Amino acid sequence: MMSLLREILELIRPDFQRDRVVPSTGVTARLTGFTAGAMGFLVVFALALSLAADRLGQRWSAALAQTATVRISAPADQVEMQVAAVLDILATTPGIQTARSLTAEEQQNLLQPWFGTDLPLEDLPIPRLIDITEDEAGFDAAGLRLRLAAEAPGAVLDDHARWRKPLVQAAGRLSWLAMVCIGVIGLTTAAMVILAARAALAANAQVIAVLRLIGAKDHYIAAAFVRRFTLRAFVGANVGVALAALALFALPGAADHVAVLSGLRFQGLEWAALIAVPPVLALVALLATRYAAMRVLEGLS
Amino acid sequence: MIDLDGAAYSYGGGELLSDMSLAIVQGGFYFLTGPSGAGKTTLLKLCYAALFPTKGAIRLFGQDVTTMSRDDIAQIRRRIGVVHQDCQFIDHLSVQENIAMPLSVSGSATLAEDANLKELIAWVGLTHRAKALPPELSGGERQRAALARAIIMSPDIIIADEPTGNVDWEMSERLLTLLVELNKLGKTVVIATHDLSLIRSAKSQVQARILRISNKKLQLAGANL
Repeated sequence: MMSLLREILELIRPDFQRDRVVPSTGVTARLTGFTAGAMGFLVVFALALSLAADRLGQRWSAALAQTATVRISAPADQVEMQVAAVLDILATTPGIQTARSLTAEEQQNLLQPWFGTDLPLEDLPIPRLIDITEDEAGFDAAGLRLRLAAEAPGAVLDDHARWRKPLVQAAGRLSWLAMVCIGVIGLTTAAMVILAARAALAANAQVIAVLRLIGAKDHYIAAAFVRRFTLRAFVGANVGVALAALALFALPGAADHVAVLSGLRFQGLEWAALIAVPPVLALVALLATRYAAMRVLEGLS
Repeated sequence: MIDLDGAAYSYGGGELLSDMSLAIVQGGFYFLTGPSGAGKTTLLKLCYAALFPTKGAIRLFGQDVTTMSRDDIAQIRRRIGVVHQDCQFIDHLSVQENIAMPLSVSGSATLAEDANLKELIAWVGLTHRAKALPPELSGGERQRAALARAIIMSPDIIIADEPTGNVDWEMSERLLTLLVELNKLGKTVVIATHDLSLIRSAKSQVQARILRISNKKLQLAGANL
């Protein structure tokens, strides 16, 4: 590990003479810079997606955990009576911290996104909702259902378990998928850099032949290419990351409440993760170029 | 310094060089001659480990080339200055930078403005062309630049493959004089050439051994050259 680190440090050590050995221009220079830029751009969005999915999962989990709802559907003349009965039961159920019947206005607000603002709630058979908050220990859902069935036949307990688990799972998988995307982007970057490095090595066959003739070790020749490609990748990745950051910044923030996409923008210290992207892509380019260079050089006399 | 012990080299199923034995000693001046295609360049490449024997053994400075690592070979090449007929250079670097490149490669110096470098460039008569790019040089200037690059590390052996192949007689004489001067400084010189007039000219200046490749084998040539 230490020897690899030493080798990497030696590869990126500036050496004016060595750096001038490889011509600075050429299509491989532009290709490497462009590839690193594009990949940097994509990595930022994949990272944003991963973090957003993670936040979403946590938000859903937190919002649905330790809460439950009792839904009461009963004939109009029995609704208030059953609501009162349910509240009485809940008040005496261990593990329930608070229980509160939603007002008509609150229920209207819940339905508003689907039915609009002019909903005549009083004319529709809308069930009444009682919002429950559990304490740390939680309550016995099965026992509560039995008591509700006996005292308030129109009451149905929903402890959110059937919603919470798949939602949190989906968010977790989305986050994982985004991380896989970042891995794929890294591998693609490596493949592109290897192709570009091989093209550069082929285009500079005469330079390599001269260097071998005068006693250059493989490490010296490889370093001339590695440093060039690493710097190109680093610069390209910085440009790509900067553009992605601007694009992300232009997206609505979490506070804007625009559905799922509202959280795609980085929050707080998450922006600092962007700093790591260019060095990581440069490291990928370094290892890819070194691999390509050593493979090519080992085939030469 | 360089020992060939029954060395042979085959390529593509056919043997190009066969059963070659030779000891190149320090301070010697050698001409390697033979018709075109006889294998002079191949033998020279075997002598600086650009090729490896398919039979027999070759030792460079006492080390068997077949057991050397790539880094060892690179290290050994710093003790052998090579001048090719086609004199490859790094075309985007100046003549001065090309000549100084072995210093950079070996890590012994990085400044192309080194005083010894300027002296060397003056010795090969290229002071006025030091900042030029290699493609701007004439054939003779390229040969002299290649010679300067080959000797900047003060190698023990200088191997020149047809160094006068692309230059006129006057330039050939000049290059030969430079190589003879190096030999008088104690350097071993091996020159592959099919130019017999060059060999005759050298015989008046230095005690040279003349080797001839004939029928894939190495022979000591007679005085009739």
